[in-house]
Amino acid sequence: MTTLVDIVLQGVLLGGLYALFAAGLSLIFGVMRLVNLAHGDLIVLAAFLMLALTRVLGLPLPVAALLCLPLMFAIGYALQRLVLDPVLGKDILPPLLTTFGLSIIIQNGLLEGFSADSQRLSGGGVETLSLPLGGGLAIGLMPLLTFLAAILVIVALNRLFYATALGRAFRAVSDDPEIARLMGIDNRRLFAVAMGLALSVCAVAAFFLGMRSNFDPTIGPARLLFAFEAVIIGGLGSLWGTLAGGVVLGVAQTAGAALNPEWQLLAGHLVFLAILVARPRGLFPRATD
Amino acid sequence: MALLEISALDAFYGDFQALFGASLRLDTGEALAVIGSNGAGKSTLLKALTGLLPARADAIRFDGAAIGGLPASEIMKRGIAMVPEGRRLFPSLSVEENLLIGGWGRTGTGHWSLESLYRLFPVLKERRHSPGTALSGGQQQMVAIGRALMSNPALLLCDEISLGLAPVVVRDIYGALPAIRAEGTAVVLVEQDIVQALAVCDRVICLQEGRVTLEGEPADLTRDAIQRAYFGR
Repeated sequence: MTTLVDIVLQGVLLGGLYALFAAGLSLIFGVMRLVNLAHGDLIVLAAFLMLALTRVLGLPLPVAALLCLPLMFAIGYALQRLVLDPVLGKDILPPLLTTFGLSIIIQNGLLEGFSADSQRLSGGGVETLSLPLGGGLAIGLMPLLTFLAAILVIVALNRLFYATALGRAFRAVSDDPEIARLMGIDNRRLFAVAMGLALSVCAVAAFFLGMRSNFDPTIGPARLLFAFEAVIIGGLGSLWGTLAGGVVLGVAQTAGAALNPEWQLLAGHLVFLAILVARPRGLFPRATD
Repeated sequence: MALLEISALDAFYGDFQALFGASLRLDTGEALAVIGSNGAGKSTLLKALTGLLPARADAIRFDGAAIGGLPASEIMKRGIAMVPEGRRLFPSLSVEENLLIGGWGRTGTGHWSLESLYRLFPVLKERRHSPGTALSGGQQQMVAIGRALMSNPALLLCDEISLGLAPVVVRDIYGALPAIRAEGTAVVLVEQDIVQALAVCDRVICLQEGRVTLEGEPADLTRDAIQRAYFGR
């Protein structure tokens, strides 16, 4: 019984990390119908950026992490304006290929700059702290913080989308870009802001990824895969659905790993496929579209 | 001084030319009806005017400035708002949010705000939290007009606002026009319903196959002249 509770608990907390991976992906797809294949690599890029800020400038990790939020926003803004805007159009293939190329460029750029060595962000012992819950159960402080951060990010994004003028404009552009332009909405600028926001969320994800596990320049695509699975399980266009999707994926992986460590990833993928077959639109699909 | 001056405007969809040297002039506060059969170029004219189709810069002058070919969002900020054909409300926005988004690029200084629009169309106040697309056709048209007015435009473009609506509803919608014009807003009304259009406008132009074939004041135009301009016979 304790083992079962433990598996679910750890899985739910792991789901928080996957929801953080997925939130930015979901945001970008929701606003501009762009599938960003470089999303995972951008998370890894943010992690290396934090590492560089701590090593080169000697900044404490929390400061470096906070600094990464506006930095990644700026990178996202510029990326959208300079690289992605020119290829966005009716045809979905050019932007897809562009982000695929971007993924390769980021991976190789990081390899060139940081070598293939495994790295981690060091929090000075915080990463190994845990909270005993009694009955032989304990949860790690970092996983708990990750989960709370995921909830915070999703609450913030939901508020942004449904309670601000900017969010209204995001939804309007997503509904009907042509009419949105007639409302005075400059959708190119708005897309750039959306990409900036998504990459800021990537920075949050990168912080927790780097604190919890090792990373190297090649792990981006696997993070993208988890993010995809979380978004699809949850249902496209729903941020809370994305959190639910992350949790389902996290529990499946933890359960798989408990049976046999080799089955961790396989169990996640199998549950993903099962849900895709049973509910092709995900657990919480948006009512429209 | 003319508020809007269109001179020798050509417009294209790819290789297909839809407007051939169209010209028109509109004074501040004036109402102009643009009539013509399907495919005559009426909607094309509005698309070029709002920046959704490319146009030569000096072919369209608004408020003294050449605005042809500017981005749509920029043209809107200068004071041209559009009620698009088919209403095109944003489905994921509520009635009130649809209205609010109309003021995103420009709020202007003028009469129109949520309160004054709810006075003009009281039914929208009751339905303000419903999704825009859950309303009846007539109510949706009111939202679309209100959305355009939220920017307090100097020029309001209405594309087929009577399309697909019951006659009694059309009467309601047209009933709002005097209140809109009373604020000094110029109106361009694109209509297939000629009787309706002539009744409320100061001047009328007729398009046929992308060319202006008739221009004048409703009182001076005979049915025969309009019919000839409309059908080319």
